Amino acid sequence: MTGSDSSVSIGFCCFEGEEPQINQQSTPAEITTPIIALKGASKSYGAVRASRNVSIELRAGEVRALAGENGAGKSTIVRMLAGVQRPDEGDVLVDGDVAAFHGPADARDVGVAVIYQEPTLFPDLSVAENVMMGRHPLGSGRRIDFRALNRTVKELLDRLGVKLDPEQPVKGLSIADQQIVEIAKALSFDARVLIMDEPTAALSGHEVERLFGVVRTLKERGAAVLFISHRLDEIFAICDTVTVLRDGEVTHDGRTADMDTDELVRRMVGRELSNLFPKLDAEIGQPVLKVERLTREGSFVDVSFEVRRGEIVALAGLVGAGRSEVARAIFGIDKPDAGTVTIDGVELKPGSPTQAMKAGIGLVPEDRRQQGLVMEMSIERNMGLTRLQALRNRLGVIGLGSEARNASDWATKLQLKFQKLSDPVGFLSGGNQQKVVLGKWLATGPKVLIIDEPTRGIDVGTKAEVHRLMSELAGDGLAVLMISSELPEVLGMADRVLVMHEGRIARELSRAEADEENVVRAATGQVAA
Amino acid sequence: MSASTQAAPTPASPHTTEKTSWIDAVVRAREVSLIGVLAVLVIAVSIAEPRFLNAQNLRDILLNVTIVGLLAVGQTIVVITRNIDLSVGSILGISAFATGIMFADHNVPIPLVFLGGILFGAFFGLINGVMVAWARVPSLVITLGTLYVIRGLDFAWAEGRQINAADMPDGFLSLATTEVLGFPVLPIFTIAAMVLVGVALGRSRMGRELYAIGSNPDAAVLAGIRVSRRVLGAFVASGAIAGLAGVLYASRYGTLDAVAGTGIELAAVSAVVVGGVAIFGGSGTVWGAALGALLLTTIRSALVILQIDPFWDQAIQGALLLAAIGLDAYLAMRLARELRKRRSANRV
Repeated sequence: MTGSDSSVSIGFCCFEGEEPQINQQSTPAEITTPIIALKGASKSYGAVRASRNVSIELRAGEVRALAGENGAGKSTIVRMLAGVQRPDEGDVLVDGDVAAFHGPADARDVGVAVIYQEPTLFPDLSVAENVMMGRHPLGSGRRIDFRALNRTVKELLDRLGVKLDPEQPVKGLSIADQQIVEIAKALSFDARVLIMDEPTAALSGHEVERLFGVVRTLKERGAAVLFISHRLDEIFAICDTVTVLRDGEVTHDGRTADMDTDELVRRMVGRELSNLFPKLDAEIGQPVLKVERLTREGSFVDVSFEVRRGEIVALAGLVGAGRSEVARAIFGIDKPDAGTVTIDGVELKPGSPTQAMKAGIGLVPEDRRQQGLVMEMSIERNMGLTRLQALRNRLGVIGLGSEARNASDWATKLQLKFQKLSDPVGFLSGGNQQKVVLGKWLATGPKVLIIDEPTRGIDVGTKAEVHRLMSELAGDGLAVLMISSELPEVLGMADRVLVMHEGRIARELSRAEADEENVVRAATGQVAA
Repeated sequence: MSASTQAAPTPASPHTTEKTSWIDAVVRAREVSLIGVLAVLVIAVSIAEPRFLNAQNLRDILLNVTIVGLLAVGQTIVVITRNIDLSVGSILGISAFATGIMFADHNVPIPLVFLGGILFGAFFGLINGVMVAWARVPSLVITLGTLYVIRGLDFAWAEGRQINAADMPDGFLSLATTEVLGFPVLPIFTIAAMVLVGVALGRSRMGRELYAIGSNPDAAVLAGIRVSRRVLGAFVASGAIAGLAGVLYASRYGTLDAVAGTGIELAAVSAVVVGGVAIFGGSGTVWGAALGALLLTTIRSALVILQIDPFWDQAIQGALLLAAIGLDAYLAMRLARELRKRRSANRV
């Protein structure tokens, strides 16, 4: 698993001016004081406003869903409730009183247990110690009683119906098993509040059932549960109420019984999907990139596809399905165990990014800040990085003039919004940073452009611009391979969708066939054809 | 598409334990393999030169391992948290000199000198810890800085002065020569510290939290562990132990000046790494670290007794260090490959 990728989410944000609808039906639960609540909480990361004036209440005996597309601010709410971050404005209320959480320990002390999206485990330590860290049972002389520790955790795991050895180090566990350790950890102290951020992403159907059983038990015992999932059916299966977020704001708060899937999606999305991404029809030409039976053990198996001139092909799938790994192998960052990559019929040497670049592949990585740009360096320097050879003058030195010319050419073409080209690229907004990365690769005149999560963390307005740009590039005959976790983006942009599930291409869908349901089903392994 | 209505769910992930067991065995057996290497070495050398096994030589080895072994114990505490303390050589040096001064100029009683040395070391450890834990600068850089600063202070304080055995009480110096039931007294300090630290790391909540911090610092924060405080504590402990090592150094060698213990920090780090403490934190034990120190010391002694050029000593220490790191890297790679394979096997 790489990065902090999140899930296939359903919906895409846009401003449609829909007023938040707060459903204030009186239910029995409303009489009680919420165990924990956010009141008017706002949180910004730099220029990005992740939460705006959010209020959410978790009551005893209630399972509440938190729904919203990627970047809607779900995880920020989790972090505030868990004491990892404090709201810039607004309060966290515990039993009706304002609580100042100084860290996760404070939240834990009032009974808040959190299962994070990414496992937060100690790989070197045993399953049992991971579950009970800091709360080991003590024997004589305040020494840890390991036997009691292992016994306690064994009982807990038995309750979850899993066969895991408490003494085994976490290092060797599968992602699903690690998630189970997380769940056991959350259940190990009698939590009054259980927050689950995408707990089911890595679990099999059987394990999900078990988890739901545990959630119901907790609910009966009077715990409050906050549940985040990309699987909408799960929300309807176990949640009583739902809070819908869009762009950091609560747009709906009501009972799940009062709505259906369509309505939920509409409230998350807010606009018809088809109007969002006008991928222009481009003339589709000869295959440029051909991937045949590419395999890297443990990451992906037997991946074959081709991308033609003028075509945008999307690689869809859940986190950890192996999409980014395929891109890395094509570009030569990781060496595949088997299979070939050819560009215009010429086979690439495996494991050589230099050769991949020479052959005409560009890679816009998922993590712009870490992998795509040198944040402290100027815009023009960043733009020139891929073309250091071409920008040299006769003395073999990079002339400042040529660098600036190169940069300003591309800045104009990409409609980059900037103050000075000599400013550090870190000054730009996320969307404009992404344009710099694109410009950097386009300047090399690539035949194939691989774009991993093209619009992650980019504001809505610029998102559309990035999409327009990709569409134009395809129109000019570029072959584009796009990896995206945002379903609307996949459906709107791609001529063809390849859905990966657990390292294999589970399904190939044409633009006409691809719809939300087909993609999600294939991505979650629910269909075999 | 409810999970419950799903026909034939993906096969439940196999919770295999047997596959990792051999890897665990090798990793856990680091102490065992060290003992094995040590045994082979001792047998081979004593066949070549029977004098190697005589009581005097064995006692010398024990005395020689006392100080570097003690530093290795302290270093383990820090390395487990994914940090490193390079300043221990200078802390030992200045504490040794302070010991001499306390005896020579102030006639401080022996127990108070021990206490003084430990507190002196703890003070420098506190400085390291504060900078590492709150300034968030990598400990490699911080302690490289304090390594030089403290040595500089030592020089400024000593002003070229040398303190000799004659300036120190016999009761103190004889710690290095007296024996209790045939066992020299000095190494008892190291063994006591090792047992104390070993139990604290292995069996106390605080100790397990240090492992957790080194294993995954971000997760440690989320688990509510007070990471800064724990890391600070680790540096204070390492400093205090280096301070104690300084006092023992004074007792063992009797001659003190500002260069005492120069370079010994690297021997301590080598011992820790050879002893199987992961340099990126999260695993390893003081027992391993102490065995690492014992192995390196035994090799040195063997070279002397076999009359091999001492030049080889450093070369062999270095080679052993590389071998240990190589073994760790190899094991990590094997584990990663094993995991990848198993993951693909799960995918049907």
